[in-house]
Amino acid sequence: MGNSSRKIVAIMGVGTVSRELPIVAITPFAVAAERELGDAQLRANLGRATRTIRDKRARVVAEVADWEPMRDRAAAVKDEVLDNLSELLARFEAAAVAAGATVHHATDAAHANAIVTELVKEQRAESVVKIKSMATQEIGLNEALEAAGITPIETDLAELIVQLADDTPSHILVPAIHYNRSQIRDLFARRMPGFTATSDEPAVLAGAAREYLRRTFLAAKVAVCGANFAIAATGSLVIVESEGNGRMCLTLPETLIAVVGVEKLLPRFADLGDFLRLLPRSSTGERMNPYTSIFTGVTPGDGPQRLHIVLLDNGRTQVAQDPVGRAALRCIRCSACLNVCPVYERAGGHAYGSVYPGPIGAILSPQLTGQDAGFNKTLPYASTLCGACYDVCPVKINIPEILVHLRQTGSKPAAERAAMSTLSWVMRDRRRWRAALRAARSGAAPLRALTRRRGGTLRRAPWPLSAWTAHRDAPLPAAESFRDWWRRTHESS
Amino acid sequence: MSLPELFAERAGDYRAGMHHCTEDDLPAVLAGLLAGASKVVLPPGLPDAWTAALTMPALLDGPAVAQAARPGSARDGRAAALTAAELDEAGLTAVELDEAGLSVLTGCAVAIAETGTIVLDAGPGQGRRLLTLVPDHHVCVVRDEQIVADVPDMIAALPDPRRPLTMISGPSATSDIELNRVEGVHGPRRLDIVCVHP
Repeated sequence: MGNSSRKIVAIMGVGTVSRELPIVAITPFAVAAERELGDAQLRANLGRATRTIRDKRARVVAEVADWEPMRDRAAAVKDEVLDNLSELLARFEAAAVAAGATVHHATDAAHANAIVTELVKEQRAESVVKIKSMATQEIGLNEALEAAGITPIETDLAELIVQLADDTPSHILVPAIHYNRSQIRDLFARRMPGFTATSDEPAVLAGAAREYLRRTFLAAKVAVCGANFAIAATGSLVIVESEGNGRMCLTLPETLIAVVGVEKLLPRFADLGDFLRLLPRSSTGERMNPYTSIFTGVTPGDGPQRLHIVLLDNGRTQVAQDPVGRAALRCIRCSACLNVCPVYERAGGHAYGSVYPGPIGAILSPQLTGQDAGFNKTLPYASTLCGACYDVCPVKINIPEILVHLRQTGSKPAAERAAMSTLSWVMRDRRRWRAALRAARSGAAPLRALTRRRGGTLRRAPWPLSAWTAHRDAPLPAAESFRDWWRRTHESS
Repeated sequence: MSLPELFAERAGDYRAGMHHCTEDDLPAVLAGLLAGASKVVLPPGLPDAWTAALTMPALLDGPAVAQAARPGSARDGRAAALTAAELDEAGLTAVELDEAGLSVLTGCAVAIAETGTIVLDAGPGQGRRLLTLVPDHHVCVVRDEQIVADVPDMIAALPDPRRPLTMISGPSATSDIELNRVEGVHGPRRLDIVCVHP
């Protein structure tokens, strides 16, 4: 698999700001997918992982009698948040500040990174412990901290594996799914201080990570986290996890910095009733994840005594303006859509070139950055539009609809634009259309004879049609059109 | 199936140790579960009876700190007498709690049948969050009347949602290596739940 260590690319001139984001694809999806498809280990691991989680999810979702109404309610609550974003943000800030937190607002990635770096420097900390957080990955916080001489330590086991390997995550929920146990053992032996185990049993490897991180947790002064939910009414943050590394980070250090995307808000505390039922079942396929922490500001004598909350926009209010695309902001990062996607299952997370892979990544990355950033406009094509992602989404994001919307609004190559405008001219007139079909039928006659054994489809066409057949078979026009057939069988007699 | 039965089944699915007893048997059951511990960590506000049969030394979390945070919680006379020598007015530190062989004994605020979850809210008999995190073994007592049906009922049952809340569903776990479930990554590797029936 190699260490496909990501270079952070600077894409200038998107809107008015420059962006340096790990959510910008630096390779067209089709090219990256072709490269990843050559990795047999990756495909085997992914196939097994997605199938396992998919089946577990299906079992626990089937247990819940009111699953469908619950999805509708959750979607409505998230839409309510998007409709009242600034008001709810103000309410959240007031409640969090009243409970002892300090609230910061970051317009983009660079701004958020600068705020966090400054806060860490204030505490004179040389390192920070981190809870897995998509928001901090989105803004490239680790790279920014390193540039400032601060060592970020990922404490989620899979994120630790990926970090030690200088690699990037390949799945939202199980980021190191592309590694097998012996690769992880070798990696720990090379990169983890104090690692001596010879076995590659998962329990032994997890035990080694426990020992290594325990020392780190006890010495940590500053922790950085994201949040799964932020409650506007109470100013509370909610963090859902499995291993307990989250609880360590939320409890032991004196200072806690939370980077929270503004769309993570829920209006009322009681809204958690549905969302805490939807998330674990959709994500890991469990009825409930091992640990969920909910905390409000600072509690004297219990946990961090300094809490900073950085509310991150980074393109979100812009996305909220798009009446079709905004539904992507309902996402609660469960990754159910990855596990059912036939494209993701084969190509894997790295092919998407963004920390947000899979169907949700294909609609989130291009919207957050603007479609002209890097090759993000190729991401909406990373789909067969089969709709499985929509069926499993706990907040009912109509992903296929947004994919089509982005395909329609994204810029296209000159050849495709020319072909489409010619086609539109032909199709606007009945006689032109009929003449074109007749020409295509007679032109295809010799090909039809040649391809009869393959059911009349063309595997490889010459340039420029090769752009189409590189990734698909091209059906040949039928020998006779329906109109001709009708006229022959009904009107001649 | 009654709520206590469902809770026991679902919490057992996570490979938490499940134990059942009546109020009268509780001290003996707890003493048995904690017998292997070198010391037992006790939050302020535990009922006297729970610690009555314990023979090993106890570490009582600093009542000064705990009482400042939780004005409602009363210091427990018996446990304090038991541990006077080890009483730490500033509260136990993470390093002290990291000692090998420690167990922690707590109650809970509410429990969820549908998901087999216990919910701690730092109230009396539960204490600060690190007490149930750093030691390797957690014993939690759940009374039948504390068990609600599902997550929304739990939220409705919380006395104050702004207290620090920890929802616990089985021992700490990871599936990050080849999707193999490994228990006990950072939190307690063993979770024993004692269900007290009337």
